[in-house]
Amino acid sequence: MKKSFKDIFKEGILTNNPTFVQLLGMCPTLATTTSVTNAIGMGLSTTVVLIFSNFLISLLRKIIPKQVRIAAYIVIISGFVTAVELLIKAYLPALNASLGLFIPLIVVNCIILARAEAFASKNDPVRSACDGIATGLGFTIALIIVATIRELLGSGMLFAGADGTGGIQILGDWYSPATIFLMPTGAFLTLGFVIALVQKIRNTVAEQTRLKELLDDAVKHGYTSEYLERYKKKKNKNKVSTEIVDAADKYPEQKGEEK
Amino acid sequence: MGNILLIMFSAILVENFIFSRFYGCCPFLGVSNKPSTALGMGMAVTFVMTISSAVTWAIYHLVLEKLGLEYLKTVAFILVIAALVQFIEMFLRKFVPALYSSLGIYLPLITTNCAVLGAALVNIETGRSFIEATVFGFSAALGFTMAILIFAGVRERLNFAEPPKSFKGFPILLISAGLAAMAFSGFSGMRF
Repeated sequence: MKKSFKDIFKEGILTNNPTFVQLLGMCPTLATTTSVTNAIGMGLSTTVVLIFSNFLISLLRKIIPKQVRIAAYIVIISGFVTAVELLIKAYLPALNASLGLFIPLIVVNCIILARAEAFASKNDPVRSACDGIATGLGFTIALIIVATIRELLGSGMLFAGADGTGGIQILGDWYSPATIFLMPTGAFLTLGFVIALVQKIRNTVAEQTRLKELLDDAVKHGYTSEYLERYKKKKNKNKVSTEIVDAADKYPEQKGEEK
Repeated sequence: MGNILLIMFSAILVENFIFSRFYGCCPFLGVSNKPSTALGMGMAVTFVMTISSAVTWAIYHLVLEKLGLEYLKTVAFILVIAALVQFIEMFLRKFVPALYSSLGIYLPLITTNCAVLGAALVNIETGRSFIEATVFGFSAALGFTMAILIFAGVRERLNFAEPPKSFKGFPILLISAGLAAMAFSGFSGMRF
């Protein structure tokens, strides 16, 4: 079954975000998020490589023999990475200086190989290119989120240039910058807390979806909405998980009573 | 000789591949759940990285530079590394089966380990000599092995800890890695 374009974008950016949900591409996420400018530069370079490599791999998916596919993917990816690297060197030398070796290292970014293997090798070129855009944007957004936190807390500024100067002062003089956020430690800590927040949101969403399903099911089986309202009021609304457990427990009991 | 020692010291401690340069974070977070696995991965990386540092140095200076094809270094290096990993795997299976059985499963993972390609590129960037490049590859890999071993120990303790539900799994790992990185940043004052 073919995925709709809407699903491709929704998965790439939100529900299957490469960094926050699939936990891929940790090296560039940790290394290049010292400033928002760097994050955007890294995210967009990766996106460009993803779009082209996904497109080409998808075009060649029936020609590449299965046994050597990984090697073939790596050659295709590294070709595009070299092109992007040369372009950045020529037109954005400051960005090249601050990202350093992480531009050629896009070759071994697991996100790109993972998308090639999981999506581009099974779908048509247009869909694969779209998947490249979506996954790339998801990666870029993730980088920007982490970089915003690090740069803001680490220097009180945002959008410092690739050479580390010319940022916009966001936090006033009262804030003394915590440089630790710009150091490796800050990278690990910030990413850890951001992913914890994402997991919290995912857990809550999953629980709420389940609760809604249970309640819908109850209505379908002839429960009046008054009963459900009364039932909801009895419980603490914030504690969604206990509600679910109780709903699941009470459900067959109540049904039996009605019969 | 002093130069060589300096490269080793700086690659292992001051500019540790994981805690200060972020090369090789994927295997670091992926296969550090037990000290034995971590040691296997570390040894495999050390093996491949030492050889690949030497080979990529030779390829760059003896082939690419002579032909004026420097811009192809990323493509050439990743191919060399992939081929090398294949070759080492076949060689070990044939001649050193004992080592193969302990490293075998980690070898294919190394191709996409950014530490290996990273070391090769750093060597070219800094214009090291052949010996220096090989020593750098070896000692950077030692630093990687040390980091992954230390972290495997931390993870064993983490199994018995009870973090909040949202922090379970990956986030708590990253936070403990952050604390380990803080210890290593103590070396960062010693830039040479």
